[in-house]
Amino acid sequence: MRILTVIRQVLDAEESVYVDNRAVDLKGRKLVMDTMDEYGVEEALRIRERGAEAEIVAVGIGPARIEEALRSALSMGADRAIHVETGEEVDPIALSGVVAAIANKEAAQMIFCGGQQADWDSQALGAAVAERLDWPALTWTRKLELKGNTLAGQRDAEDGVESFEVDLPAVVTTQQDLNEPRYPTLPNIMKAKKKEIRRETLESFGVALKVRNHGVEAQNRERLRQVIDGRDAAAAAAQLIAMLREKTGVIA
Amino acid sequence: MILVVVAHAGGRVSRSALGLVAAARQIGRRGPVAALVLGHGVAGVAAEIAPYVDQVLVADREDLAQYDPQVWAAAVAQIAREGEADTILVTASRSGRELSARVAVKLDAALLEDVVSVADQQGALVAERYSCLARVTERIEALSPVVVVAIKPGVFAAAEPTGAEPGEQYDVDLALPPARVRVIGKVRYATGRIALADADVVVSGGRGVGDAAGFERLIVGLADQLGAAVGASRAVVDAGWRPYSDQVGQTGKTVQPKVYIAVGISGAVQHLSGMNKSRLIVAINKDSEAPIFRVCDFGIVGNVESVVPAMIEQIAAARLSPAGS
Ligand SMILES: Cc1cc2nc3c(=O)[nH]c(=O)nc-3n(C[C@H](O)[C@H](O)[C@H](O)COP(=O)(O)OP(=O)(O)OC[C@H]3O[C@@H](n4cnc5c(N)ncnc54)[C@H](O)[C@@H]3O)c2cc1C
Ligand SMILES: Nc1ncnc2c1ncn2[C@@H]1O[C@H](COP(=O)(O)O)[C@@H](O)[C@H]1O
Repeated sequence: MRILTVIRQVLDAEESVYVDNRAVDLKGRKLVMDTMDEYGVEEALRIRERGAEAEIVAVGIGPARIEEALRSALSMGADRAIHVETGEEVDPIALSGVVAAIANKEAAQMIFCGGQQADWDSQALGAAVAERLDWPALTWTRKLELKGNTLAGQRDAEDGVESFEVDLPAVVTTQQDLNEPRYPTLPNIMKAKKKEIRRETLESFGVALKVRNHGVEAQNRERLRQVIDGRDAAAAAAQLIAMLREKTGVIA
Repeated sequence: MILVVVAHAGGRVSRSALGLVAAARQIGRRGPVAALVLGHGVAGVAAEIAPYVDQVLVADREDLAQYDPQVWAAAVAQIAREGEADTILVTASRSGRELSARVAVKLDAALLEDVVSVADQQGALVAERYSCLARVTERIEALSPVVVVAIKPGVFAAAEPTGAEPGEQYDVDLALPPARVRVIGKVRYATGRIALADADVVVSGGRGVGDAAGFERLIVGLADQLGAAVGASRAVVDAGWRPYSDQVGQTGKTVQPKVYIAVGISGAVQHLSGMNKSRLIVAINKDSEAPIFRVCDFGIVGNVESVVPAMIEQIAAARLSPAGS
């Protein structure tokens, strides 16, 4: 079986966001593999460690710098990587065409995708890839087990937790609770340096962009930041209630 | 035609669906507004939405009783094609975002995802959405004539009825694929309180409330006094003190109430991304260095165990004494 895990490189969550010339300024900032994608790599590795025979291929689409994120996936234990190079911002619907084409070419049986990407705040890629392949998708998966050709597990729906079963092939989107991603060990980091990263061009996939980004604006909502001492709890509570009464009308 | 996919629950039109109708009228694209009602036993839903739209398209079938994104996407796409819809509006709930991505692929359309505004500008749809964990606003343009738009819940106020005759109702025939995901069990979250997305006030608790009993006493107790919805941080949900449906943040719900009260929550970016659009943010935390204080309008550096009971007591007392109201 072949498992694809889609990797995005994003600003580290602890980094502040600065906007320069209507773009998020990434110069000199710490960029990492999206945490959501780490869960996917980890889950693929666990499926293999529980006995399934699987080759795990990390797939990334983006500029040269994303190779670092692909190396991180290889250091965790993925076998090889495919890097589709482009400087364009490719929207998720167009991007799904690239991932689906790679899945077909690689005869993949399973694809992991982040539940919500930390750069675009998008949830569309996993579902769009599944639709292109005419596969089912398990979104927001919190538990996963492969039994033969059947995936069983649990996922978060809007109104409860669903237990599901589905036959492969399938797309799985991740979330925080799915597992605890491992840290790459030094020997595995060394080994990863020798693993293959195959480079392809975006043009060779012939996808048409569906969305143009006209740029971003920082969210500069000024907050009042009036912070008071709460050692005298009754007085602090009274002050807060008075403020809510005057400013918001939520207390009569 | 602008096609509005009507979300519903418990046999009623969801409030967000009326927001979609409002968006449909504001977009500035010509053509009738048609509501699409999918499900089983949805005659009441169709009747409820009819006064708001020009047409109601209904597919009432047993195989639509359970929401399945693959099946529902096939239904929406077929109807959009047959009705030559150029704009398809979907609520950007979790299931709606999954649905909208699938529909966009089926129609070879652009997807404007989780948008907070959308307008036709010389034939092209242009929208705004938040990105980078809701820290920036992005302006995006659809590059295809047919566009699927997933609209962030709670942004558009509910539409009023058209005032004309209720939209005519049509039953539609569909060729649907079978569902492939087998749902073999479901634990539904208890509801009953006001929903997070609908509330003017949200009281959210974090690990700082200590335990499940502390959450009930402090957070639910304060929310009861304020008629507020209850939210929780991921740490609280992971600890099993509250169901996942209460979680606010990147992997939970996004809320933008008039007042958001964060109690014993540190203010991690993943939490902030779910609530940083709130009109007013209040924080109660014993650590004056907690990041939540950097984004709050009003903060109390103090122990939740003493501050929150004092609030509950004072609000209750004010309500009882006529002088306090
Ligand atoms: C991919 C990813 C997605 C995530 N998604 C989400 C999400 O959707 N939502 C979310 O919330 N988190 C999310 N997280 C987790 C997030 O990073 C934080 O770990 C989480 O929000 C912390 O919850 P907390 O503030 O309750 O706990 P903590 O960070 O432990 O904070 C507890 C706070 O309580 C205060 N406190 C303790 N005792 C008292 C007391 N007696 N009185 C007053 N204050 C007290 C402490 O000072 C502290 O600030 C995500 C993380 C990742 C990696
Ligand atoms: N995007 C949507 N459009 C219309 N109806 C929906 C949508 N999402 C959910 N529903 C309805 O809400 C119910 C609960 O869906 P879910 O919360 O996804 O389990 C489903 O059975 C559908 O009837």
